[in-house]
Amino acid sequence: MAEAPLLSVRNLRTYFDEDGRVVKAVDDVSFEVGKGETVGVVGESGSGKSVTSLSIMRLVPMPPGRIASGEVIFDGQSLLTLSDRQMRSLRGKRIAMVFQDPMTSLNPFLKISTQLMEVTQLHLGHSKAEARAHAIEMLELVGIPDAARRMDQYPHEFSGGMRQRVMIAIALSCRPQLLIADEPTTALDVTIQAQILDLIRKLKRDTGTSVVLITHDLGVVAGMADRIIVMYAGHVFETAPTKELFARPGNPYTRGLLLSVPDVTDMTRGELYQIPGLPPDVSRLPPGCPFAARCDRAEAICHEVFPPLVQLSTQHHSLCHFAADVYQQPMQRTVAAADA
Amino acid sequence: MNADIPPVVRQGASGPLVSVRDLEVHFDLRRGAWWKAQAAGGRTVRAVDGVSLDIESGETLGLVGESGCGKTTLGRAILRLVQPTAGQVLFRGRDIATIPQAELRRQRRYMQMIFQDPYASLDPRMTVGQIISEPIETFGLATGAEKRARVADLMATVGLSERFINRYPHEFSGGQQQRIGIARALAPHPDFIVADEPISALDVSIQAQIINLIEHLQRERRLTYLFISHDLRAVRHTSDRVAVMYLGRVVELADARRLYESPLMPYTKALISAVPIPDPAVEARRLRIVLKGDVPSPINPPSGCHFHPRCAYAVDACARVDPALVEIKPAHFAACIRISAAEPDIDRVAPGATPGLAS
Repeated sequence: MAEAPLLSVRNLRTYFDEDGRVVKAVDDVSFEVGKGETVGVVGESGSGKSVTSLSIMRLVPMPPGRIASGEVIFDGQSLLTLSDRQMRSLRGKRIAMVFQDPMTSLNPFLKISTQLMEVTQLHLGHSKAEARAHAIEMLELVGIPDAARRMDQYPHEFSGGMRQRVMIAIALSCRPQLLIADEPTTALDVTIQAQILDLIRKLKRDTGTSVVLITHDLGVVAGMADRIIVMYAGHVFETAPTKELFARPGNPYTRGLLLSVPDVTDMTRGELYQIPGLPPDVSRLPPGCPFAARCDRAEAICHEVFPPLVQLSTQHHSLCHFAADVYQQPMQRTVAAADA
Repeated sequence: MNADIPPVVRQGASGPLVSVRDLEVHFDLRRGAWWKAQAAGGRTVRAVDGVSLDIESGETLGLVGESGCGKTTLGRAILRLVQPTAGQVLFRGRDIATIPQAELRRQRRYMQMIFQDPYASLDPRMTVGQIISEPIETFGLATGAEKRARVADLMATVGLSERFINRYPHEFSGGQQQRIGIARALAPHPDFIVADEPISALDVSIQAQIINLIEHLQRERRLTYLFISHDLRAVRHTSDRVAVMYLGRVVELADARRLYESPLMPYTKALISAVPIPDPAVEARRLRIVLKGDVPSPINPPSGCHFHPRCAYAVDACARVDPALVEIKPAHFAACIRISAAEPDIDRVAPGATPGLAS
């Protein structure tokens, strides 16, 4: 890529000190987000996907958290060395975030108008009248009907989907260069999820914002992301362009995840592929690959030696001793095709 | 004379195991503290509003719908964990909705439930062994060494090591807690299990394990399931037939394959098109129907067809007529006045026509 990426995370390590143990929530994570690109971050609970985004935003509670090492470069600026004040002027203006639960991220005591207007008054120096006009415009943009009237209502007067639209309106108020959406549709019903994803897609097209979409749902990233990062136990396990990741995963964990999702278009009803066992406790990881105990491809080396990050094609990397082998195997969507 | 019928008799293929007839569950919001009644405007929530369906012995009936559609209340009303306001729930011919408490307790042995939140559904002060033994004791099925053997057997069945028998629920992960809940449901040898969102609180890699376990148990023990979920992918995989609920009513009911391949009712079409498919090639070319607006409140649902304000096909009559659940194609039922058995494809029906009204 000739153009410098908008966001570059390098060797990020975010640790939590708890009861004398070190929880390595994020352990040596590196990735980039290009201008106008949508990157999907997929992982289960405890994989470190949310802590990664909180580290970028410098919202990790410290203590018990600490950034043990690494760099976050945003538009040429190193975020981890900024003063709190500099960071505040950037957060919400140039990088914005949308969280999973819109009820807990909106202040229940303040009108929607107040919460929308304070962003542009603070960051863009809007007067009250300007901020109000802009806020109405934003609400209309995210598809809230009767925006001028609804402006002065409180969060509880909005439905879950509408509250998430308000959150997106707040996040996009200052036309950020980067939007981090952490499970933005997980708390919502499917028809409302479709509306919100449609909205993010449309806004991205119109404003050119880069998006980091964090989710546990492979279906959501399949239709949204240009590139996908798969996280497990604090590590990036695989990263690839979306199409390639789904067609030719190079990591047994990714492969297992893809196979274990029931497919609505699949007409055979055989047994689902299942990844055995449980996600590991990141404070007591064994030596070797953190996935080895659950992996059907694992050999002796996997339990002893931490796997290398193997490059499979220009943009495709996988953390696995046998990445090249896995990459060569054809992906069969239905394991139990023989039953049909 | 009811008491003379031995409760273990199966009806076999001769009829449904569970028959729900015109079931209604209304919550009166005027009751309770006056300020709550004020806030509710003194109204009634029609959580389940006239549902009729059959669950055949040995099948899995999937029940899908968005939050607030009444699917959980319907599941609970079938087990009479909430008291139905009207209607019948026939379980092996007996009306669960009206039988006396003592008889209900006896019948509960054959009807169990798996809950959404595995941790909240387990008593934190009881060990796994105590939790799983409780139904065995309650129904007087075994004591002493035999009881212990049954508990160990149940733990093995759901994939838990017997070593954990004296541990407490908080020592387990979500997936393991759900396994404990499943073992408890299996303990009294039920015929029928209501599984209410059994996988939604679990991680993706654990969901497949629990789905496989639930299906495996069905084959092994000839169980009948009502599988309630908002996850249409999981329902597609587990269910033989699927019922779609919207604001307290069943709006479509069919064989799972047919429902997903060729839904008839506009709401079902939108619901199925909204499910994200983990395949970028499919996602890129599929047509997604994005509905306008939110699911309205069940306190004051829209008149006529509850879906009409969000429906692209709605005509004036939709706001006036309550659509009945009609057999549009063989064994495929839908509640929509804009289609009929003669004209099942809503996209081919003449604009403004309501073929469903004539019949």
